[in-house]
Amino acid sequence: MCHPGGPRVVRWCPRPTVTRPHRPPYTPGVSTSTEVDPTTRARDILGVSRLTNSALTGWLHGLPGVDQVGCEARAAALSTRSVKTSSKAWAIDTAISMIDLTTLEGADTPGKVRGLATRALVPDPSDPSTPSPAAVCVYGDMVPFAREVIGERDVRIAAVATAFPSGRASRAVKLADTRDAVQNGADEIDMVIDRGAFLAGDYLSVFREIAETKEACGDARLKVIMETGELVTYDNVRRASWLSMLAGGDFIKTSTGKISPAATLPVTLVMLEAVRDWRDATGEQVGVKPAGGIRTSKDAIKFLVTVNEVAGEDWLSNEWFRFGASSLLNDLLLQRQKMTTGAYSGADYVADDAPSGY
Amino acid sequence: MSARVDVRKTYKLYIGGKFPRSESGRSYEVLAAPTGRRATPRFLANAAMGSRKDARDAVVAARKAQPGWAGATAYNRGQVLYRVAEVMEGRRAQLVQDVRDSEGLTPARAEAVVSAAIDRWVWYAGWADKYAQVLGGLNPVAGPYFDISAPEPTGVVAVLAPQASSLLGLVSVVAPVVVSGNTCVVLASEDRPLPAIDLAECLATSDVPGGVVNVVTGRTAEVAPWLASHRDVNAIDLTGAADAAGVEWGDLELAAAENLKRVLRPGGSGPEAVEPDFDAVPDLSRLTAFLETKTVWHPKGR
Repeated sequence: MCHPGGPRVVRWCPRPTVTRPHRPPYTPGVSTSTEVDPTTRARDILGVSRLTNSALTGWLHGLPGVDQVGCEARAAALSTRSVKTSSKAWAIDTAISMIDLTTLEGADTPGKVRGLATRALVPDPSDPSTPSPAAVCVYGDMVPFAREVIGERDVRIAAVATAFPSGRASRAVKLADTRDAVQNGADEIDMVIDRGAFLAGDYLSVFREIAETKEACGDARLKVIMETGELVTYDNVRRASWLSMLAGGDFIKTSTGKISPAATLPVTLVMLEAVRDWRDATGEQVGVKPAGGIRTSKDAIKFLVTVNEVAGEDWLSNEWFRFGASSLLNDLLLQRQKMTTGAYSGADYVADDAPSGY
Repeated sequence: MSARVDVRKTYKLYIGGKFPRSESGRSYEVLAAPTGRRATPRFLANAAMGSRKDARDAVVAARKAQPGWAGATAYNRGQVLYRVAEVMEGRRAQLVQDVRDSEGLTPARAEAVVSAAIDRWVWYAGWADKYAQVLGGLNPVAGPYFDISAPEPTGVVAVLAPQASSLLGLVSVVAPVVVSGNTCVVLASEDRPLPAIDLAECLATSDVPGGVVNVVTGRTAEVAPWLASHRDVNAIDLTGAADAAGVEWGDLELAAAENLKRVLRPGGSGPEAVEPDFDAVPDLSRLTAFLETKTVWHPKGR
């Protein structure tokens, strides 16, 4: 695209010169990623006549490398901001509204999922002004139980699919898994990419899988889990982010929560840069969801600062930014109660979300 | 040969088995008690000036440690606490020096105070596997079942350590709290924190799990209200509020009522509240103040 008529392996060039006259300009709040066939679109963006693995490889490896030291230093610097009083109150409420309240255990029961959905509707019974989390995130077969409680109210239901968390299954199984979750009533699908294929350099297979899953989603929004803990380098995180967006993901998500390290701030920073650059390049906005390991209000506020500083205010809503978390909600509620009552609160004043042990 | 340069100490807090600096970064000078001859008080060391956030962190550490400590067998708790007395005996010289400097005592008197403090610790440690028999029991009932009352720890206890008796008083308020399985956040004597820091060092080098005793040094009037109002604190010992500057124990009791904390008032009530005499032989009242009685019935077997 930067070098029309050049070789088929085209280096992606950084932001400023990209023009795409036949696409409408970006309008906030509208995702435009489903308009054309992703392969056609990818060919167009890459400037190639046929989408091959070598074309994708050339494009992804042509992305500028991530300066590891600089990235980590920036994340550390953004973590030092002091957010107090009314800003803190706003940040806490915003963070609560961005949570995908998650339970993804083998031991999940219908009762536990109903309980989780109830918590999402009424996060703090002692204070009805508490905002609701954006969604509950459960396994596909648990969606009906969540729907039972939530009905048509304004909490969405996300389901993980495609052989979560490992992603080790044939494509037919993964697509069936996705369709099943959508049929069960999921509003959003969290898919995992095939990290094995990605690390082996088979980007085309990853691309196709995401594109086909997107198609299987229908109207449901697709979050693409890259499992950054298994991608090893920031360069890989950047490549996986661009690949996921190219293939039509509506959200890029860090982790399954089953692998450590999960959502670190530097990794999220790299992803936020990716969605920012993607919007500059194509006019499409893609969301970001860090998941796993975010447990305290302090952590959550660090992420919000980073979103604002790296991607910008457009991403500061639960339409475009989410936290995948389970225990984060309780800590945010404790902080919220502290701000309301003026006294430090304790675990006796929020729901016990520890695994029951039975 | 030149005189040796003083090693000036800056102590830290003791929270969750670690020695962190105050979150606020502040510290304050600890001065020796005036002994008459010197015009200006002698500098002893710097102590961390704990803030409300340090108190909050200490409560989190205490809460985390509580189930494990309460779940240890009574016999084990007794052994662990006895070991603390052993470590205190090993650090006797340091304790004597700090008590002497802090309280302005004669060497002989300081020795006697440290001995009394160690003996007091041993005395309470011995109660670990005995108080339940004394305070609990089998209740008589008119039916074919047993009815048993058993004392259980209250949970997390905030302890305002006595302002004057910096070691014997401290031991006398901390030991009865932890012996039954409570964990505590101790706000050390404002002007005499060094023996409390010594005790923290003894605890850190003994077998007491981190978080069972947490020591915050600083201004009582600044930190105490946050502990009194903290909703994750189950009880508060107001002993140290008796002679603290700028804080009324009545206000603390009022704040503590918000979540129905157990409150142990300082000696006496009203404005005449004073620090109790810790030289006297104790009874079990400080231990029972932080216990809950659980009563259960159990069917009789054959």
